[in-house]
Amino acid sequence: MAVRNSIRTATRRWSWLFLGPVVAAFVIGFVWPFIQGIYLSFCQFKTISDAQFIGPGNYGKALADISFQHSFWYTALTALVSLVLINVLAFAVAYVLTQNIKGSNIFRTVFFMPNLIGGIVLGYIWSMIFDGILAAYNTSILLNTAYGFWGLIILMCWQQVGYMMIIYIAGLQAVPEDMLEAAKIDGATKLQTLFKVIIPNVMPSITICVFLSLTNGFKLFDQNLALTGGLPYIIQPDGSTVNTTEMLALNIYNTFYTSGAGTRGVAQAKAVLFFILVAGMGLAQLAYTRKREVQQ
Amino acid sequence: MGKPNKEQTLATERRRKTILSVVLAIICIIYVMPVLAVVINSFKANTFVKTATFALPNAQSFVGWDNFVTGMTFGNYAFFDTVKYSVIITVLSTALILIFCSMAAWYIARVDSIFCKIVYYLCIFSMVVPFQMVMFTLSKTADTLKLNTPWTIPIVYLGFGAGLAIFMFVGFVKSIPLEIEEAAAIDGCGPIRTFFSVVLPMLKPTLISVGILEIMWVWNDYLLPVLVLDINKYRTIPIHIQYLRGSYGTVDLGATMALILLSIIPVIVFYLACQKHIIKGVAAGAVKG
Repeated sequence: MAVRNSIRTATRRWSWLFLGPVVAAFVIGFVWPFIQGIYLSFCQFKTISDAQFIGPGNYGKALADISFQHSFWYTALTALVSLVLINVLAFAVAYVLTQNIKGSNIFRTVFFMPNLIGGIVLGYIWSMIFDGILAAYNTSILLNTAYGFWGLIILMCWQQVGYMMIIYIAGLQAVPEDMLEAAKIDGATKLQTLFKVIIPNVMPSITICVFLSLTNGFKLFDQNLALTGGLPYIIQPDGSTVNTTEMLALNIYNTFYTSGAGTRGVAQAKAVLFFILVAGMGLAQLAYTRKREVQQ
Repeated sequence: MGKPNKEQTLATERRRKTILSVVLAIICIIYVMPVLAVVINSFKANTFVKTATFALPNAQSFVGWDNFVTGMTFGNYAFFDTVKYSVIITVLSTALILIFCSMAAWYIARVDSIFCKIVYYLCIFSMVVPFQMVMFTLSKTADTLKLNTPWTIPIVYLGFGAGLAIFMFVGFVKSIPLEIEEAAAIDGCGPIRTFFSVVLPMLKPTLISVGILEIMWVWNDYLLPVLVLDINKYRTIPIHIQYLRGSYGTVDLGATMALILLSIIPVIVFYLACQKHIIKGVAAGAVKG
């Protein structure tokens, strides 16, 4: 114990070296911008130096903004549809790949590959492909909301199935062999084994993947910007425009940088609401996993 | 109908697996189609990219290396410079994150003071904060502090990326038995030598996992550099591609595809070379939160 304490004291003398750089960068890159962001959401401002405190008015304007409401529902729909498709496909592929079939390593390599390509590049690759198909019908992905929606879903599946597959493979490989053996001896069918033995055992992986694809969906930005950029738009009766395929992150970005500097306070308020939403999902995941750990 | 004997079952099983293999092989071919489409279109003249996207280049549409030559100076910006800046930013940021976050994580795990706990929980908290929350204020802060060049933006990456890295490193350090460090201390090692010659080598698997995650993040990141960097001077590859395609007016799709191909070749080479580590790193990083 004496050694332990003396080590600790000796180490403490070097705190500036061990903690200093990270704490300084963390304050610059996160803590200070975060605090300032909260404050500015209650201000009217174009640049930070001209900020004037105006109270919660920005939040009222943000919530009343039709384009923000639209982007919320559009994002929720995209996130839910992609969540279901990505997880079902990823689980199916992982299940097949853990059956000892020939070439499973090559298949795994191929399915994971799109993950390494950045969102902007992905968006432009797929916009070329969809426009190549739609050119035959004299239309474009930028002209039709439904095409834009399903186009983004296909893109997200292509990108994320491989990622979730890796997590599911790890989960599936950890299912105890003797449980599967026992199920076989008891005469369980393949389907029974899947639903009664395998799925309950990979529940932790399922939780991770579901939350991961949910937050990925809500935070999506690059792919949305590159594939459709929010187009097509419709003009509201009051003269404002709504980009029909614009997701939350892109809506916030546009409110900051393309609607002119006059709406920056509203944009920051939207960003705070967005943060509460996404952080809420993170906390829900944490609470859920903790609860399961206690039960086990 | 009698029960099928063992040999028959095995034969059906084998046939089933072969069928699965074939089905998966077909899906895999479909899966790489988008990348193949980029390859074939990067050799086609602009007009044919839209009208005959899926046709192989023929005598009429084939333009050889023209698209690559055009693409190199496309948008009056040298593509080579974007590669240079992307490499500088990715290498420096990853190096900073690996060195400083592993040091901080070891200190946090071992000293465990109240200040350490605050830093640790703030790090975890930062992982659930979406970038849009801080993007405006962060870009202004970075501007004021002159962090808007490829050589200084790594400090911003260190700050915004510290969360995940520290979380992963602390998790690993806690699994290392204290006795090893105690032995080092008894042999006369100070904290700095203990960390660099005893702890750091043991952290190697986590260093690789975190390194891979950071490389993938920084290399592909678009929004942070576009808001922080002075983009008339410094463009990374994603910024350059977005500026070419996002600008209004006629866009040379053939040249864009050539640039996209050039930008994904290093990624695919990197992937095939360190596939095992990448997949392991991703699996480790996914368990966050």
